[in-house]
Amino acid sequence: MKLELRGITKRFGALTANDHIDLTVEPGEIHCLLGENGAGKSTLMNVLYGLYQADEGEIVLDDVVQHFAGPGDAMNAGIGMVHQHFMLIPVFTVAENVMLGHEQTKFGGRLDLNAARAKVREISDRFGFDVDPDALVDDLPVGVQQRVEIIKALSRDAKVLVFDEPTAVLTPQETDELMAIMRLLKERGTSIVFITHKLREVREVADRITVIRLGKVVGEASPTATNAELASLMVGRAVELTVQKAPAQPGKPALQVSNLSVIDPRGQVVVNDVSFEVRAGEILAIAGVQGNGQTELTEALMGLQSRVSGTVSLDGRSLVGMSVRKVLDAGVGFVPEDRKEDGLVGEFTIAENLMLDRSEGKPFVKGGNLQLSFLNGFAEDRSKEFDVRSQGIQTAVGRLSGGNQQKVVLARELSRELRLFVAAQPTRGIDVGSIEFVHKRIVATRDEGIPVVVVSTELDEVVALADRIAVMYRGSIVGIVPGTTSRDVLGLMMAGEVPAGIDVEGTAA
Amino acid sequence: MSDTTLTKPAPVAEPPSRWRRTLTEITGGSVMISILAVVLAMIAGGILIALTDENVQAAAGYFFARPADTLAEIWKAVSGAYVALFQGSVFNPNRPEFAAQIKPFTETLAFATPLIAAGLGVGLAFRVGMFNIGGRGQMLIAAACAGWVGFTLDLPWGLHMVLAVLAGLIGGGIWGGLAGLLKARTGAHEVIVTIMLNYVAFYLVSYLLRTPLLQAPGSNNPKSPPIMDTAVFPDLLGPQFNLNFGFILVIAATVFVWWLLSRSSLGFKFRAVGLNPNAARVAGIDVKNMYVYAMLISGALVGLAGVSQVLGPLSSGFSSGLDAGIGFDAITVALLGRSKPWGIFVAGILFGAFKAGGFAMQASQGIPIDIVLVVQSLIVLFIAAPPLIRTVFRLPDPSKPTKPKARKTPAAPTQKAVIAK
Repeated sequence: MKLELRGITKRFGALTANDHIDLTVEPGEIHCLLGENGAGKSTLMNVLYGLYQADEGEIVLDDVVQHFAGPGDAMNAGIGMVHQHFMLIPVFTVAENVMLGHEQTKFGGRLDLNAARAKVREISDRFGFDVDPDALVDDLPVGVQQRVEIIKALSRDAKVLVFDEPTAVLTPQETDELMAIMRLLKERGTSIVFITHKLREVREVADRITVIRLGKVVGEASPTATNAELASLMVGRAVELTVQKAPAQPGKPALQVSNLSVIDPRGQVVVNDVSFEVRAGEILAIAGVQGNGQTELTEALMGLQSRVSGTVSLDGRSLVGMSVRKVLDAGVGFVPEDRKEDGLVGEFTIAENLMLDRSEGKPFVKGGNLQLSFLNGFAEDRSKEFDVRSQGIQTAVGRLSGGNQQKVVLARELSRELRLFVAAQPTRGIDVGSIEFVHKRIVATRDEGIPVVVVSTELDEVVALADRIAVMYRGSIVGIVPGTTSRDVLGLMMAGEVPAGIDVEGTAA
Repeated sequence: MSDTTLTKPAPVAEPPSRWRRTLTEITGGSVMISILAVVLAMIAGGILIALTDENVQAAAGYFFARPADTLAEIWKAVSGAYVALFQGSVFNPNRPEFAAQIKPFTETLAFATPLIAAGLGVGLAFRVGMFNIGGRGQMLIAAACAGWVGFTLDLPWGLHMVLAVLAGLIGGGIWGGLAGLLKARTGAHEVIVTIMLNYVAFYLVSYLLRTPLLQAPGSNNPKSPPIMDTAVFPDLLGPQFNLNFGFILVIAATVFVWWLLSRSSLGFKFRAVGLNPNAARVAGIDVKNMYVYAMLISGALVGLAGVSQVLGPLSSGFSSGLDAGIGFDAITVALLGRSKPWGIFVAGILFGAFKAGGFAMQASQGIPIDIVLVVQSLIVLFIAAPPLIRTVFRLPDPSKPTKPKARKTPAAPTQKAVIAK
């Protein structure tokens, strides 16, 4: 079946998540949709699956325009979806999960489980899935659960299968098996849309690649394109950001991280034996494609991760095992990656958010009492200094634009006595003017002699800010290179390769 | 292949945040919604009164012959009921002197005293993002502690009462704090723990009331000895009124909760945890400790309700039924008061008026007191359904102008879309 999306546009209020996206998937091809988180891939697929209605554009299947009011219509038309988070009921068996929603019944309304079992066996045999129809889903490993999802879609005669970030939850071995399954499905004539941001997987299975960035198609590529080409398409070069900064005057090493490893709640090693140091008065940028351990690395520095090994020391004091409170008190400023979720309390006012992580003692609290008049004066001053545009300091932060919200976070963190500043994705989702402001403040912080760690997936930002760049890939640091390193080299490193003839400090694990 | 969205089970993702969202929605509404919910519930109650009134039923039998009769009977039944409610709870002009005329209002305040105290406790827990359903248990334990101090120790006037109140606060606090501790250390959901602790407290106190520890000497009934006069709350307006010192304590508690939530550092952390625990954690606030502290204070406030019962109206001896449903009514009071201290104070007085006036309504008009319960329940229903209120009164939807977030994960929109269907 040939699937065409023509000029799909989807807006959420002022935000355009999809901007006139065209996409054609030929019968029996694996079409990769590549893009950063938040690029609009998932929105596009939710439009295709009938979960969202497009504001403009149409969905065409075999030259017939479709109108999907919900996932049921999409399924009937032959579109199946394998979600990143499985839509399975853990306490049901495989057969029960597969029949759920289109149960066949025998006389008297009894469920015809045998028919469902037979169907699971038949599909399972056809593709060599090796799935027991009577196993409880809860008892199955994640990779097999995903196969159950695939069986579910195929049992509804799906001709186009959408895989939404299918490898995010899989181990490398399971990923390889999934790749094999995708190739097999393709041979049997199923079209596949494969959404991912992992370059290796794309090159392995894709027939064609469409790259989406900020809601727009920015290009098509063939799987023979180099990693560097793909990476640069993905992170984009459209906006050339320049930051005025003097050469760094690095002092003595301030932050020393050695052999740091983090294990996430699922038991996966997400940061693997990472070592680096940051000197006073320099910016170390941590580059890499989203999801390669940067988030967990910054959380580990802040004391937000529980299973951490290795050492982290700031000016000679160890930070590992300390509570977040103690880490903050040790003089670490932190701009979290997801400001709405982790950085701000949306219902709190600007003023209240400015004292969020200083609710313990002076100057904001005296004898258990909030010092409201001090806080208001402080908030007025900081709002002015950081150019927070609002109707006043009593405005709820949730009503501000992303850029202004980020300025509130920066104002809070930079108005403490800092010995280290960690900023994760400091400019994600904010307007160009605010980006410039945030960058200036980060450089100014460096020039005060404070060591700065910036985590960014935007290559432009990394190149603009960094004095040195550490590139992370699959939880490890591929290498640490000077800030002047070319984008092509960085792109390759982001794919896990160190080009010959490039000097790197630090060790690839 | 037939059916549609049901093929996808609702994603199990992030139950706490959904729970929390509902909670914020219920507690975060405007004063207007509260008032309109009360109005709507009274109207619904009026319909019920009319439907169940015998005279109305008789007149309705010949409705098509003389419809005016039916309408007149309806008016008589409904207005009679609500006038009786008003006269029983606020002011009764039919009585001879002013003191007697205003007595209903002091009754209202007396009934409101434990409701406000318990409502403050439940409301405080709401603000930290927790449901404290354990009002009954916390009241019972607090009452047992305060009562024991009240009838065993022999202390001078004043000191005895202070000690009894403190014992009650500590007892209630421990009983509430237990739920907070279990939540913080083991992740046990506070709703389940507090409900179960209600049973534990009930049977524990019932048992103790059959042992010499709490049982009145020489009695066979599971009832405590009377509280000594040195510990009983003094009357505020003289012996002819039931209003006692407990009401002053409740005003103090309201001021305390107001200070705690809007002026203290601890309250700041409470509110941060209640609104966004993730951001609170990243900001170095020990979220788990906040749960424990909040439940401690919440339990102590609910405990004050139990104390005000045993040192007030039940000072002649209490049994295990002393909570009289106050622990659960407190949830309604907290919801109606939007979890704000002064809101709860007003809501508590309104519910006190329902209680005081309900009896008058039953006595003078023969209307079953259950109608009052129905009205109370409808209030909760309407508060829990702000969209319904908005539709009935054509209020604008506050969530409309804000733009929906574009989520990174597909799970959230999926969820939303499926629900929207």
